[in-house]
Amino acid sequence: MRALVDRLMTAVGAAVTLLGILPLLSIVAYTVARGASALTPSFFVATPAPVGAAGGGIGNALAGTAFVVGLALILGVPAGVLAGLYLAEHAPSGPVAEAVRFVSDVLAGVPTIVVGVFVYTLLVVPLHTFSALSGGVALALILLPTVTRTTDAVLRLVPPDLRDAGLALGVPEWRVTLDITLRAALPGVLTGVLLGMARIAGETAPLLFTAFGNPYWSVSLLRPIAAVPLLIYEYAISPYPAWIAQAWGAALVLVTCVLAAHLLARLLLRPGRAQP
Amino acid sequence: MLATDAPPSSFLRVPARAGAGRMRSRGDRVFRLLTLAAALVLPALVAAIGVQLWEASRLARERFGVGFLWHETWNPVASQFGALPFLYGTVVSSAIALALAGPAGVVVAIYLAEMAPSWISRPLGTLVELLAAVPSVVYGLWGVFVLIPWLRAWVEVPVSLHLSRVPLLAGPVYGPGLLAAGVVLAIMILPTVAAISREVLLAIPGSQRDAALALGVTRWEVIRHILLPAARRGIAGALGLGIGRALGETMAATMVIGNTARISASLLAPGYSLPSVIANEFTEASTPLYLSALVELGLLLFGVTLAVNVLARMLVRGAVR
Repeated sequence: MRALVDRLMTAVGAAVTLLGILPLLSIVAYTVARGASALTPSFFVATPAPVGAAGGGIGNALAGTAFVVGLALILGVPAGVLAGLYLAEHAPSGPVAEAVRFVSDVLAGVPTIVVGVFVYTLLVVPLHTFSALSGGVALALILLPTVTRTTDAVLRLVPPDLRDAGLALGVPEWRVTLDITLRAALPGVLTGVLLGMARIAGETAPLLFTAFGNPYWSVSLLRPIAAVPLLIYEYAISPYPAWIAQAWGAALVLVTCVLAAHLLARLLLRPGRAQP
Repeated sequence: MLATDAPPSSFLRVPARAGAGRMRSRGDRVFRLLTLAAALVLPALVAAIGVQLWEASRLARERFGVGFLWHETWNPVASQFGALPFLYGTVVSSAIALALAGPAGVVVAIYLAEMAPSWISRPLGTLVELLAAVPSVVYGLWGVFVLIPWLRAWVEVPVSLHLSRVPLLAGPVYGPGLLAAGVVLAIMILPTVAAISREVLLAIPGSQRDAALALGVTRWEVIRHILLPAARRGIAGALGLGIGRALGETMAATMVIGNTARISASLLAPGYSLPSVIANEFTEASTPLYLSALVELGLLLFGVTLAVNVLARMLVRGAVR
């Protein structure tokens, strides 16, 4: 009887887990089924077509996402890595490091729309315009805690012998940190950056009133810029079937990139390697 | 540090390089300050968000006071702004999400951490994590065109036919509404609840399991009577982090909740949430007071999610360390 209950519970566990991943399978299946037909070569290079006109694509939105995400990486990665270095190397268990770790985790839980409002008041109002710059800053703020915490976690897994060996050779501490410890932890740090990048590439809410969107090509820091998630949102809530079809196409592109990044990160972090 | 930096020169028979020593420690000091500054950016940022939103919502705060929280009218044309419909929609949709994803997430965590062999738990665990990787706007798209039609046909219409006397389930079926938002949010927070609960379970020392199993107890009994009680606080923290995510989730909720600033008893009715009204109306805010009221909604959302996350993180920390 007790063994039977044990088996029954295991079956319940398996059933609930399968039910839990059912939406993922459904999302992937529907984006492929409804999005695949939109993926013509011109879809990747064209700008959006006006309502009623055939064709049109997400070329400028792809470029805009690359631009804004690149900006966020430039702003967020160095700061995050330095903060992670402080946490792991200089005061791993001190009160300051513990407090910063805690705040970092809490910051990661702040809704991204709130970050959008914050950057709006900080940059959009004084500059009097929506801009690629403000979009990049918003995404950088979302990226920062992720990069900090992964860097912190993977650095602490580097064997102390490596550090000691460097210091024993008379290498200054900061060079040891950068050239030995950080280099040893680099695959882990890059994985963290990759996962962070995948996350911010799909963010819509913080871009709504910072990057704003733009139907044309733009490479200006101080002009509104397009982004794939913004385009999906705009098209998905539109009443035009052609736009909705393109929303599915753009969603397919986005989901493919994001899931590929996650699988790549999994490969980089196979068991035995440094796990964040 | 000093001992390794400057070994006695007589011992090594080389002249002491005092200058180099000073250079070295200066480099270290500069680097240390640089990393400290970067680390302090994080707390500074949390403070800056709070201060900035507080300042930018001054107009609305001074005009409406605390009453902002319980005023039911949201009428931009008449410059009447109250947060209640959005607070209500946020709380109700998040509660539905927690009721669905809370138990399910804990069961998934138990299954993956304690029951499944590793050749099953590893791929399934990856799939659950990938669920968290899907962008919010894609959940919204899927919610509008796949989930809502399905819910309407299989859940909402049957329910309203048979259970329309229950006030929670009364009224016409729209499709988009609090229930649809709750279900989408549930799917989105399930990976959070499952991942953190799993972490908490795995942090319980293996010796506790072995001791019980050695007494002839079945695995389910170990889970039920030993692991779950031991993991209680941590699992509560995992649920808290799940709620935190549901409260602030924007795009998916905006696309399926119905965007109607009205309080209805029925879960089938359309509603509105704090993040979705900000997302929808921020760029349309035509007066400074309107904008300031939206910022105040953002401030409320920030305060609530901050409190929830701090509490939940404290519970999880206690359990994992």
